[in-house]
Amino acid sequence: MIPRQLMIAVTALGIMASGMSLYVWRMRGTVAQTAAITPNTQPVAPPAAGPTEQVTLYVAYDEGGMLRARPARIPLPNGRQERAEELLRALVGIYLGKSSPHVLGAGSEIRGVYLADPGLAVIDLNAAFANGHRSGVLVEELTLASLLATLSANIPAIARVKILVDGKERDSLAGHVDLTAFYDVSRVNQLVTQLTMEP
Amino acid sequence: MSYSFRSSLVLLRFLALASVLVFSSSTPQKQLSVYSKAANYSVVVVERNNTDYLGLLELLEPLGTVTVQVNGEHAKFRYNDVEADFVAGRTRVRVHGSDLDLPSAFLLENSRGLVPISGLSALLPQILGSPITLNLSGRRLFVGDVAIHFTAVVMKTVPPKLVMNFGSPVNPMIATEPGKLEMTFTHDPVVAPGSQTLTFDSKAIPSATFEENNGMAKLLVTTTVPAMASFGNDGRTITITPAAPPAPPANMPPSVPSAGPTVPPPSVAGGEARSLASGTPRVFVVIDPAHGGDERGAALTDQLPEKNVTLAFARRLRTLFDLRGLSAWLTRDGDPTLSPDQRAVMSNASGAAIYIAVHATSEGNGVRLYTALMPSGGQNQGWFLDWETAQSSFEELSQIAAASVATGLESKKVPVRSLSAPLRPLNNLVMAAFAIEIGPETQDISQLSSPEYQLRLGEGVVSGVAEIRDQLEARRK
Repeated sequence: MIPRQLMIAVTALGIMASGMSLYVWRMRGTVAQTAAITPNTQPVAPPAAGPTEQVTLYVAYDEGGMLRARPARIPLPNGRQERAEELLRALVGIYLGKSSPHVLGAGSEIRGVYLADPGLAVIDLNAAFANGHRSGVLVEELTLASLLATLSANIPAIARVKILVDGKERDSLAGHVDLTAFYDVSRVNQLVTQLTMEP
Repeated sequence: MSYSFRSSLVLLRFLALASVLVFSSSTPQKQLSVYSKAANYSVVVVERNNTDYLGLLELLEPLGTVTVQVNGEHAKFRYNDVEADFVAGRTRVRVHGSDLDLPSAFLLENSRGLVPISGLSALLPQILGSPITLNLSGRRLFVGDVAIHFTAVVMKTVPPKLVMNFGSPVNPMIATEPGKLEMTFTHDPVVAPGSQTLTFDSKAIPSATFEENNGMAKLLVTTTVPAMASFGNDGRTITITPAAPPAPPANMPPSVPSAGPTVPPPSVAGGEARSLASGTPRVFVVIDPAHGGDERGAALTDQLPEKNVTLAFARRLRTLFDLRGLSAWLTRDGDPTLSPDQRAVMSNASGAAIYIAVHATSEGNGVRLYTALMPSGGQNQGWFLDWETAQSSFEELSQIAAASVATGLESKKVPVRSLSAPLRPLNNLVMAAFAIEIGPETQDISQLSSPEYQLRLGEGVVSGVAEIRDQLEARRK
């Protein structure tokens, strides 16, 4: 004769084991669903629509290692911060295009631009931008100067710029150009002058 | 130069030395020093199956054009026109159509070919086509007739002095302690005189001993009185004399200690971060081969990382500076991972007159020279210089140096472009500082590894620096 307490204990253990199996099964399904999600390579915000405005983009050209000011008409929203984001997205769009003069890695994106007083702009790049960037002093410098010159030429009163990658500080863009510093726009403009001159 | 600024520099150097001490590592990395007409350098030695091995590519690369093809267990090295076929795990090697046997098996680790050091005596003459001398116990390898011999004589003057004459300029690190003065030759192919121990008829300087160990030669001079070393004849003569009595305290402390213990290198992965011993002579130029270790820099080709080219060119620059009588020192002479801060700390602590960072690119059109693009902000606080903008007061001198080097390169028909760049650690240095990014003249990347091209670039750089030597010395502390 099996003792009554033993039967109760075995039954309770059986119920617990069944419950845990069910829980594990449901968790497995959740993990599988998460893994099935493909990386999002789409822009984080839709392109702005509406009337276009004349802007000056400073475009990098690997051929000759130069920056050239290029007039463009792009739709810009009203907010200062949103305008800054759209400007840089238009610039990155040129680099990701078929006849790019300065190729960036696939999926490169401006996550956001944040304008903080007094005169500080923070550009947040996505990880693909930095991880897929070609390595070299000049090629990295051209990207940096292009972003900063375009921003300061079209958004007034920006004196300093900081660049983040995925919201975090990073040592360098691709092994050379320093990203730990706050850039002084007036100094970067001196560099832009050097880069716009024929070598 | 204001008192407060000098004090700031002194304090900065003190902090730099302290940092170096804090990060110090006590276990020296095993290395083989190689001396040749092309370059003097050292290669990291690793131990496998109780046998010392080294990477054949690292060994050959500074000497000429080397390519490696790895296919499964087979590795084919091509040095200039000589092919050498190795098979992992086997001792038999086929070089230029002939077979030879290594004392231990060839190894392949992540496509890196390792050969036993003890096999170099047989292997290298076949590959290089020139005789070599291998000192296995001292881990020193001489390619061709490059050894520097010396004589040592005690002159019976008052006080007596030991005069050592070397066949070529030398640049040892010197450290003193009671009863001895030690000279360490890290990249000079100095060899022993007839006997390892020299005895002199002098009570003040009774003897000297020559030792070779771990790729270095040491000359240990025994003294009964405190002694100091001085250099002459463009580095060909070293004179050891009893030290003068201590001078009364001055208002300013010396910027670099004149004697004392060797400063250990910062602790770094991969070994062979370099440090300078305090003492004479002070280095004139610090050469900083960019990248290293885990940080490979740009992939110039599938097989050629930027870090290899920067090191090879830095070694060539060092040789050329030495030949010009300007003592040069590398921040790394192997493959350690160094942070920009470590590079800046070591360079500032050296007290050198000028710093040159070496980068390389596959983009054609010659050479680019970069001076610091200073970041925003940065205010000095009393004696403390702002780390991020420490270069501020040397910006003009750095630009003068870069312009002079550009002229030197142009005289060698090398296309040059001068720019500023936010490139660390240029902004952290308290001396004239610039970076050179070497690229091929056209799109032919193999030119970067060409000894002829590197020599042409190196001569341009060295002549540019030598041209403003006096200006640089004037600002040196």
